[in-house]
Amino acid sequence: MNSAEQRAHEIANADVSVRSRDQQDQFLTFIMAGEEYGVDILQVQEIRGWENVTPIPNAPAHIKGVINLRGTIVPIVDLRQRFGLQRAEYGPVTVVIVLKVATRKGSRVMGIVVDAVSDVYSLSADDMKEAPDLGDNVNTSYIRGLVNVASKMVILLDINELLGADTIPEVSVSALQELKNRSDQH
Amino acid sequence: MSIDLSQFHQVFFEESFEGLQLMESSLLELDCASPDGETINAIFRAAHSIKGSSSTFGFGAVAEFTHVLETLLDQVRVGSRGLTPEIVDLLLRSVDCLSGMLRSLQAGTALDTAQSRELIAAFNAILANQVAAPVAATKPAPAMPEPAPAGGQHWLITFIPHTNILRTGNEPARMLRELAELGPLQCTALLDRLPEFSALTPEECHIGWCIHLTTAEDKRKIEEIFEWVADESDLKIEPAAVVAPVQPAAVPVVAALPQAPSLVALETLAEAVDVADKLDVPAKQVRATESTSIRVSIEKIDSLVNLVGELVITQSMLGQLGTEFDMSRLARLQEGLAQLEHNTRELQENVMRIRMLPISFTFSRFPRMVRDLSRQLGKKVELKLSGEQTELDKTVMEKIGDPLVHLVRNSLDHGLETPAERRAAGKPETGIITLNAYHQGGNITIEISDDGRGLNRERIRAKAIASELIGADDPLSDEQIQDLIFQPGFSTAEQVTDVSGRGVGMDVVRRNILELNGSIDVKSVAGVGSTFTIRLPLTLAILDGQLIQVGDQVYIIPLVSIVESLQPDLALVNRVAGGCDVFRLRNEYIPIIRLAEIFGIAPRNEGLEKCLLVVVEAGNAKVALVVDDLLGQQQVVIKSMEANYRKVEGISGATILGDGTVSLILDITDLIQMAGVRQQLKSGLKLVSDRSRVAIR
Repeated sequence: MNSAEQRAHEIANADVSVRSRDQQDQFLTFIMAGEEYGVDILQVQEIRGWENVTPIPNAPAHIKGVINLRGTIVPIVDLRQRFGLQRAEYGPVTVVIVLKVATRKGSRVMGIVVDAVSDVYSLSADDMKEAPDLGDNVNTSYIRGLVNVASKMVILLDINELLGADTIPEVSVSALQELKNRSDQH
Repeated sequence: MSIDLSQFHQVFFEESFEGLQLMESSLLELDCASPDGETINAIFRAAHSIKGSSSTFGFGAVAEFTHVLETLLDQVRVGSRGLTPEIVDLLLRSVDCLSGMLRSLQAGTALDTAQSRELIAAFNAILANQVAAPVAATKPAPAMPEPAPAGGQHWLITFIPHTNILRTGNEPARMLRELAELGPLQCTALLDRLPEFSALTPEECHIGWCIHLTTAEDKRKIEEIFEWVADESDLKIEPAAVVAPVQPAAVPVVAALPQAPSLVALETLAEAVDVADKLDVPAKQVRATESTSIRVSIEKIDSLVNLVGELVITQSMLGQLGTEFDMSRLARLQEGLAQLEHNTRELQENVMRIRMLPISFTFSRFPRMVRDLSRQLGKKVELKLSGEQTELDKTVMEKIGDPLVHLVRNSLDHGLETPAERRAAGKPETGIITLNAYHQGGNITIEISDDGRGLNRERIRAKAIASELIGADDPLSDEQIQDLIFQPGFSTAEQVTDVSGRGVGMDVVRRNILELNGSIDVKSVAGVGSTFTIRLPLTLAILDGQLIQVGDQVYIIPLVSIVESLQPDLALVNRVAGGCDVFRLRNEYIPIIRLAEIFGIAPRNEGLEKCLLVVVEAGNAKVALVVDDLLGQQQVVIKSMEANYRKVEGISGATILGDGTVSLILDITDLIQMAGVRQQLKSGLKLVSDRSRVAIR
């Protein structure tokens, strides 16, 4: 965990006013391929171990399938594959973070597979730095910001952007195919 | 600020529509020659409730209209006026008018009062003992100022006491009582000055009254009553020109709904949240017309409470057993588990039953429809309903309404003959249409039968040949011919009427029913009549499924769509030019769909020889699915995939198996489309009719 630096920061904040302390957000962080990522803790519903999923036919590779979460059907996304990272073998320490995702069509529950859960940090908006422009090749819209905690970089993710848009394509695959066929004809 | 009444609007509309339905069905029951007093009372009460609550909510136009209606009904009720078919007609038209008004109020659109004004004029004409205006009158007759009846002069009194009137020792209720002694009066409370609930003080009077009084006494007498409060109130006494005779001493406050006192309105959680949202939002929100609340009888709730009680007892018994368990108590444990299973199943059935409503909700619209249509078509029809208490899932019921209407219209228009034709055929002039519903296994069966001319085999055949649905000399069985009427674009009606015959009918009916996992077929004997039989699952929440294995995955096929399962004889499997395998099953060629291929999973068996074929039917197409193994049949609870993910092609939903894993339910219609066999299927059909001269449907 971080050290005197953040403690000092916290104490300083406490002196300023209650309000600015309220503005601090808590983030749950997890490790994936050696990097630390953070998600808003208010969106985290639960953390559970990896269990076998029921695959969905013809789904994108990073959608591993669905599980039964106390009677609700919840899709599971492999975040490594979503980010185009090397696939890792699922083992006993592989963790699924179940998140509430706000989408245009209402709130959804989804799970993400990550390597391990790390820590919980309280961060204020001032600590956050915008993600640098990485050029056209890298989509950064789902990165909420970067933050330094004890000289370590944490990537804060915008879960709604990351998972909300991803799984709800406006046009179905077959419709796309049809469109393509049509444009081929013309 | 007054109390925000808009939060009660939904309830008001629901109750009013219920009241209107009751009025309509009671009116249809009425026999003009010897009207049943209880029925008239029921109609009167319903009208009265609507009037009371609509004026409470400030829907003046509705209240005003219902008031005239009520006046007439009251006269019929006390026997001072006989019931004529004209009056019944007029009342029925007013029911329509009222429901139109309520609907536009509900949708928040502007009221069209032309019809109501026209009807009010017709009522006034009747009330003034004039000859009843023709029912189809197009121009509104001007409202006649009535001469004062023998009862005396009408007065309109507006009495708005100042808020401190109670402190001066005056009691408005006493004055109203005194007024009532002068003659029949009707009194409407003006609630617009009501403050917020928290600001109410018992010592202040915020209510005003608008009083219609009919009295032989003169104005001085009335003024006398208010003499003591003249300084503490705003008082206006004026002679009223047109006031219909009012019912004696009615004080319409919020009238309680007379019917169904033992009903509890259960609202879904979504609705509760919705209402909570609405409290913050200003009124005038347009609500979807599909209602989201359901009335459940208190008996059903009680039985649920009992079952939960039993469940708790079983649970505590098992819990106790668990804390001090040794092998000697194994028998008791098993016994306890059996009991738990029993409790759970019963609880499940009862919870499902909450969603069940008697089918009379749907049937009740038919008497009116048949009555109107039979007049329009000049046919004599008797409608017989039976099995109205048969219960059906609410969602299924909402979706079956339109297909049923279509079928009944069809029976009336195509099925039944005109009285002259019936006489010629030696039948009684009045045709009979029967609607029957009953439970059969896990299904509900609805039959619509008529004793009309039946399906005309030759005409259907000729039409089918003309539209190239079948070949000119295909030998077809009676069932196959009768089945043709469900083909798209098929109509044998010689004339397109506004009732039916546009050919967009039976195929839509069948499709709607198939969407509900149901089926429809027809039996008909020429000259004797036709019977349409609809079979529907009782609920959309549970489905009978066949578990199948493909690769290492378990999928579920809805049992209703399975025709048969078999081990394929390789000699009967052929490859058609398009690359699609077909399988000959008796006289049909059926395309083969490899599930493993479509879903991109590795099958357990490569060749067909070790696989099984499940022949399924969806729409008008049959296909054979290749599966590795058949596992078993069980009832599954359908869970939505869309809730947290999205629609998956070929999958209609998911369920949770006994071991807690998720299994996907196949969507057969989707699968057929996915496999792209539609085209091949058609050529397959051609092949069939060319070679074996037997058409499949």
